Parts: sequence; C-alpha cells; structure tokens
Amino acid sequence: MDPHRSHLASGKSGRGNFLNTPDSEWFSQRLYGTMLVMAVAFTVLVVRLLHLQLIEGQEYRRLSEINSIRLQSIDAPRGLMMDRNGRLLVDNRPAFDLKIVLKDARPVKDTIAKLARYTGLDRQELLDKVALARGRSGIKPILLKSDIGRDAMAAVEVHNWDLPGIVVQVSPKRHYLKKGFAAHVLGYMGEINASELRKERFRDLRPGDYVGKFGLEKTYETILRGKRGGRQVEVNASGQVVRVLKTVPARPGHNLVLTIDYDLQALAESLMEGKAGAVVALDPRNGQVLAMASSPAFDQNIFISGMSRRQWKELVANPDHPLENKAIQAEYPPASTFKIVTAIAGLEEGVIDETSTVNCPGHYRYGNRTYRCWRHAGHGEMDVIQALAQSCDVFFYQLGQQLGVDRIAEYARRLGLGKVSGIELDHESRGLIPTEAWKLRRFGQPWQKGETLSVAIGQGFDLVTPLQMAVLIAAVGNGGRIYRPVLVDMIKSAEGTVVERSRGQIVANLDVSRKNLELVRKGLWAVVNHPRGTAHASRLDWVEFAGKTGTAQVVGRADNGRAGRELADQYKPHAWFVAYAPADDPVMAVAVMVEHGEHGSSAAAPIARQLIAARLAREMPLPPKAYREAGND
Amino acid sequence: MIDRRLIQYFDWGLLGLTVLAGALGLVALYSAVNAGSPATQKILFTKQLIWYGAGAVAMVLSFLVDYKFFERWGHLIYTGTILLLVAVLISGKYVAGSRRWLALGPFSLQPSELAKIAVIIILARYYARTATTDGLGFKELLQPVALTAVPFALIVKQPDLGTAMVIALIAASMTVFVKIERRCFFSLLATGAMAVPLVWFLLKDYQKQRILTFLDPDRDPLGAGYHIIQSKIAIGSGMITGKGFLRGTQNTLEFLPEQHTDFIFSVLAEEWGLLGAVLLLGVFFMLLAWGLSIAHRSRDPFGTILAVGVTVMIAWQVFINIGMVMGLLPVVGVTLPFVSYGGSSIITVMIGIGLLLNVSMRRFMYE
Repeated sequence: MDPHRSHLASGKSGRGNFLNTPDSEWFSQRLYGTMLVMAVAFTVLVVRLLHLQLIEGQEYRRLSEINSIRLQSIDAPRGLMMDRNGRLLVDNRPAFDLKIVLKDARPVKDTIAKLARYTGLDRQELLDKVALARGRSGIKPILLKSDIGRDAMAAVEVHNWDLPGIVVQVSPKRHYLKKGFAAHVLGYMGEINASELRKERFRDLRPGDYVGKFGLEKTYETILRGKRGGRQVEVNASGQVVRVLKTVPARPGHNLVLTIDYDLQALAESLMEGKAGAVVALDPRNGQVLAMASSPAFDQNIFISGMSRRQWKELVANPDHPLENKAIQAEYPPASTFKIVTAIAGLEEGVIDETSTVNCPGHYRYGNRTYRCWRHAGHGEMDVIQALAQSCDVFFYQLGQQLGVDRIAEYARRLGLGKVSGIELDHESRGLIPTEAWKLRRFGQPWQKGETLSVAIGQGFDLVTPLQMAVLIAAVGNGGRIYRPVLVDMIKSAEGTVVERSRGQIVANLDVSRKNLELVRKGLWAVVNHPRGTAHASRLDWVEFAGKTGTAQVVGRADNGRAGRELADQYKPHAWFVAYAPADDPVMAVAVMVEHGEHGSSAAAPIARQLIAARLAREMPLPPKAYREAGND
Repeated sequence: MIDRRLIQYFDWGLLGLTVLAGALGLVALYSAVNAGSPATQKILFTKQLIWYGAGAVAMVLSFLVDYKFFERWGHLIYTGTILLLVAVLISGKYVAGSRRWLALGPFSLQPSELAKIAVIIILARYYARTATTDGLGFKELLQPVALTAVPFALIVKQPDLGTAMVIALIAASMTVFVKIERRCFFSLLATGAMAVPLVWFLLKDYQKQRILTFLDPDRDPLGAGYHIIQSKIAIGSGMITGKGFLRGTQNTLEFLPEQHTDFIFSVLAEEWGLLGAVLLLGVFFMLLAWGLSIAHRSRDPFGTILAVGVTVMIAWQVFINIGMVMGLLPVVGVTLPFVSYGGSSIITVMIGIGLLLNVSMRRFMYE
C-alpha cells in the first residue's frame, strides 16, 4: 500500500501532503461534513413529521375518520358527428345512473328497501347488484341501475334526505338521431372489454366505460373521446359534498364533419328498403364518400341502451346479416361491370383497337365447351363500344382468351381491385383477382384456359366489394385517378376550429392512354344513352350519365337458360350497376349492388338513376325546367 | 484459508441494524398488503420474504469477495450493467407506459436499480486515483460526468425519472465529497443557473407542464395532488401512538396509491404514529452514520469512497421517499430502502450493505 495514504504515515505533520494526496485526516474532515448534511436532512424530516402528526394531527384524524376527501370524475362530452352540410347525425343525451356509496348508505338493506319503495325498482335486483360489488372499496359509487327514467330520478331526488348514500349521476349516453341511419358508417359503441383495457391507447379508461366498437365510432375513438376531468371534494358523514376543493375540467372530444350527404344517404337507404345489398356514392374529384348504405341495417341505439337477448339473436341469426357492412365487407362477383377492366386491358395491351370487331352469334365455342352470350340470338358485328353498351359476352370471351388471365389481373389491380381501398373503416375485404400463380398456390392445380373466359366477363373466381367498384368507376370517370375513399371531411374542436381537414389522396394514377380511356367512356355512355344500351331505360333526359350493368350468377351458368322467375329467390343473380354523372365531367360516381335482384338493368340501374338525379339536381347549375323534372323524378 | 481476522473484524453492528430495518419494513409491508387490499396482494408479503432471502445471498456474495476485486473489475461491472440497460430498452416488458423490467423466467429484473451500484463502484474507482486535496478541475470531471451520463440517459429513456435522478444525485454527492476545485465548482453552479432558463425556453409545452406538475403536485389534483393529500391524511391521522397494527383506515380503503411500494411510509406512520415513524427514521440515521464511520475507518481511498457512495445512495432514497410522502418534495418513483416492496430494490440495497460489510471487515488488511 502507498505509505502516503496510510493513516499512520500521514500523522499531523502533513508530511504526506506534498503531492496533495488525500490522507485519512482529510477524508475525516469531509466525512464530518457529510454527517452534518445528513443530520440536517433528518432534522427536516422529523420536524415535518411533528408538524403533520402533532400540530395538524387532530384535523387529519378527523378527515381520515370519514374518508372525506374524494375524487369525482367529470365525463368528457364525446364528439358529435355531422353530415357534410352540418346536419347533426350523432349526439349525446343525458342519462341518469343510480348509484350507491356503501359506506354512506349503512344499513344498506334498509336503504335499498326504501329505494325500491320510492322508485318502484325491483328490490332483489338492486340487492344483487350490491352483492356483486362485495369486496370493493366502500367509497366508490356502485352502479345500481343505469339510465333510469325521469320519474325514478325525481323520486330519488324528492326523498334524498331518506336515502343516505344513494346518488343519481348524470352521464352522457350516445344518441343516434335517426334510427338506423348510416348505421354501418357511424358504427356503434359498447362497454370496454378486458383486452381493450390493457391497450396503451385506452389507458385513461376504466371498466364500465363505453368505447367505439364498429364504424367511425371505432376508427375515430381517440379523437371523439376527449379527456375525462374530475373534482376533488370534501364530503360529510352522509356522503354529501361539503365543498369542492379542486376541479380539472373535462376536455370534450372533437366533432367529425362527415363527407356523407344526409339527403342522398337517406334516399339510398329508402331505395334499398326491403332489399339486401349496398350502395356507395363517391365524389370522383376527391374520393369523398357521399353515401354508403348497407341493407338491411340496424338501430345503433339498442347497443347503447342495452339490447335484450332476443334482439341480439335476431341480429345475428338474420340470413341477410344486418351487422355486416356490405359496402366494404361483402364480396360479390363483379359480373359484366368487370368488362370495363377487360376492355381497358385489351386496348392498352394492343390486343384490340377501335376498329376491331367480333361477330357474336350468341355463343362461343372454346375447347369442347360452348360459352353462351346472355343474348342467345346473338349481337352480330360488335366493336368495343357496342360490346360494352350491349354487354356482349362473346366479344369479351375472345378478348379475354387473347389477353390471358394474368394480364387481366394486372389491370384489375391497377384499378384498385383485389386490395383494400384504405377507407377509415375496419374489416374491409380485399376481394379476389385470380392469377395463374394464385390458383396453383391455392388449389395446387394449373389454370384452365376456359376459366379465363369466365374471368373476362367477371364471373369465376373474381370477387369485389361495392366500394371497390365505386372507386373503379370514379377513376374511369375522372380520367384515371384512384382516390382513397374518405368518410370524414373535417375534424373540428368543440369550439368549432378546424383541427384537421381531409385532402383528396390519390393512391394511384391509372396509366392509360387518353384515347383508350375515351373509347371505354364512350362505351359506358352508350350503355345508358344509346337505344340499344343495357341501361337505356334508366337514362335521364336532362343530364347524360355513363355506367355499366352487371348480372352476377349465383349458380352455374348452365342454369342460365331458365327464366328468372322460375328460380327460387336465393338462386336469382345479383344485380350490379356502376355509373358516373355527368358523363363528360363527373361530380358523382355510384355503385349499386342488389343481392338476388336478377338484372342489373332492372334492379340496380333505376336506383343509381334516382340517386344521380337527386344529387345532380342540387349540385348542377341547370335551367328551372330541369330542376322541376328532377324533383318530379 | 480465511484470515481469522476477517471473522474477528466482522461488523455485527451493521448487520444488526440491517436486520432491524428489514424487520420494520416487513411489518409495514404486512399492513400494506393485508388490510383491505385485494387478495391478490397478500402474496406480495411472501414474495418479499423470498426477495430478502435472495438479498441475503447477494449480500454475502458481496462481502465474501475482497472489495479490491470490485475495484479491479469495476469497468467490466459497469459495462455489463450498461448492456443490461440497453437490453431493457430493446426487449424490456412494458408496464404502464415504461420499459423497466427484463424478464428472467418467472422473475423480472430492473437493471436501473443495479446501475446505482455500478455507478458507485466505477466512480469510487476513478476518484480513488484522481482525488487531491485541491479538488477536481474541469478536466478531471469530464470522465465521471460521462460515466454517469450514459446510464442516466438510458434510464431516462425507459422512462424512469426517479431512478435516473437518484443516480445523478449519488454521482454528484460522491463528487462533492472528494471535493471540486473552488473555481470549478462556482463556474459549474453559474453555468447551471444560466442553463435553466435556456433549457426551459427549448422545452415543448407538454414537457413544461409535466415539470410544473412534478414540482407542484397541486396542479394535478386528480393524480399526484390527490395522492399527496391522502398520504398526508394517513400520516397526520397516525398522531403520536398511531391507530394500531392493521388498523390504518386510509390504507384499508385503498386510498393510498402504490401503498406497498412508494407510499409505504404513510402506512407505517398511520398505524404506528410518531413513535413508529421516528423509530424507523432513527434506525435509518444510525445505519447511515455507521456507513460513514466505516468510510472513516477504511484505510484506503477506494474503500472510503465506496462506503460513502453506498451510504449516500441509501440517504438520498430515504430523504426523497419520505420527503415525498409528507408533501415536502415532488412526487417521484423512488423506493424506500428495506421497506418498499420490490425485488430489485431489496437486492440492490442488500448488495450495498454487503459492500459496507466488506470494507468494514477488511479495514486491517491495508494498514
């Protein structure tokens, strides 16, 4: 050991310090200093202890005996939802919750008996609620019954003095103004479950709280919710607040201004009444969803007020799946609406041009099979415009066969099929666009050439959602821009300042030559406006729109020969119609799907026609005569 | 094989104080987890006993090995701890928004607790070589500042501000103990004073709010402010003799937040009153004085500075924790040594005691 550092060597002489090396004595001094600081710190602690326990002890003992300082929470009003014109769709109504604070309510049995007498509520039911909460702290209010009526509330208030520990708390409950309106878009709320409670974004929440479970309520949960506030209060022996010590105000949630057009949505829903299916209307200039109706719908309010077992069974057992948002969750064969894709692929790949024609005799032989055109008499000589207008299957059989399934699939994907659109809703389906590789992977079998023919006319493996078709037809209408569909136009604070505003987000640009797209658009114009077009019956005489019909087989093509009315309802084909309006510079795109509607031209096109007429009558600068006509429509 | 003097010099007094502190701690914990709390908490008392068992083993291990060994390998201990701190940021368990725990089978380890010991050893090692009676200058301070800053930053990142702050305070205390050059000391002070408004200016609004709430719990009446009020009611209502074992009402009604960890002193003060609280404070004070006397009796600078480091670690935690529950200091997550529930906390303080015993029993070796 270094002798200079040793205690003995250093001594008092300081001899060891010629290198300024600390010696034992020097350390001693510093240790005394440290000791002094610690002594001071402990003195501070003891003085504080004396202050709390001796001087203020009595007062604290009193406060502790009645556990008088409590926290009360203040609910944050949840954000409202409005349509694009500011019309209120969802708000909150006050609900009265009956609660009991066990510690203040003793003897609990007597109090409950009196409560049952005054309010007419079932005594046993109330006692059961109390029993359930056994073991919990006595000062936390226990919910006896939520959403009691005004009469019961008044009874409690009147007999307040005789009901110690019984409190009525006002809590806001979600309220959907029009029963079933846009149910699948707005969504609904439900009690938070255990797995949600563990999530980081629900950290402020407690068991019993409601959170969005479906639709926009779910997607925008954190924005709508706001932040709970609270009060520190002092209560007296019977639990009544003597004074409010401190308050943290609740911060209300933000409001949502939707892109939905109330009138259009209501019209779509009434037109779909009694049918199963979906309607999607978009603004092709920015991807905003003007209407999204899925039928049948349901009343969201029963999710809030608590539904009966029977109500739930009815919802789940209904074969038409009212809880499903058919616009984004249901997958259908696109049928003839898919010919738009096949036509674009054929033109772009140079397989056909505007001069190419095909003679349709009403059927097409391929391999050892005969594929029929829907018009058994045949269409005769067809170019691409006519083939679209009259939906000639033979033309597209041949075109599909020349293209091959993989080239068709490439264009289908470029038009947004086979993948989610990215709308702000959960559970969106991707649909299915088959390729050769897909079939090998899925079934372990090579692609059959004949299957390409089915795919070319939108049958076979092809599956799409109504929303995907709306995005597709909007892109054809707007010159090739695929927008991400949006439902929320603005997020506004409760005070009304705009927090966030949606901007049209282009997901992809369809790289198609102007000329070819124009050919397809001419074909779609002719569908409605040419006398032989499949949707000619649904034209409007004051505005020209363009579209495409589709009739999706639910059963094999072999049954096609029989007349529709001979088929039982569940075997009738689905009816499609996709359209944009006006044909030259569209401000609206729409996709209509009616399950088992039989024909796109008769079941789906008239619905699209009415929606177009209603929206355009308001949106377009037209002469008064046209307005009147539209109104009469 | 073993020097007979090792046994002869064994510090029974320190061991006795440790047992006393541990016993008081267990009594308080028993109240905290047994009175009115959910049944799931009752097991915590048994678990704490197991932790004390593990802590005893850790303590024995840390006094059996000559403390010169820790001096020689201090840099490796330090590096290993830093690696653990990095690991916890990468794969640690998320609990209530922060990553502090490394899962080790059924148990979990809090490397930030061990980092306290690692920093004490590495700084003692450095100061034992560089300290002079003139005090440290800027140049000598660079290395210890860096050695402290690395674990500090990693722990802030978790985030565990309480532990990070304790580490900074330990490092600062050890540095002041070995003396900073007067000129250097005052210019550091001045720089710090000037930096505060500058940093404040750079902070984002929500960060400022957080700091203000930290300094003044009343700004958060539903959280920290409410906890402090309930804690003060619990302590104050204990008065002189307390309400009696398992008779604490604040505790029974689950008013106290984290009653078995950070707020356990309130449980003790409520049930045992001024007498119990002062008894615990007295035991702590004797323990700290004992630690300093071990530092005093040590014959080499590393032993002295190491003993001081361990002592100030315990001192800061006692002062901050008890100051906090009495409403004197901001609300931070700092455990009360020997008393708060928690394996990493118990093991860390027991390692610290082991190091003190180590320095104490080997004081003859370096004469």
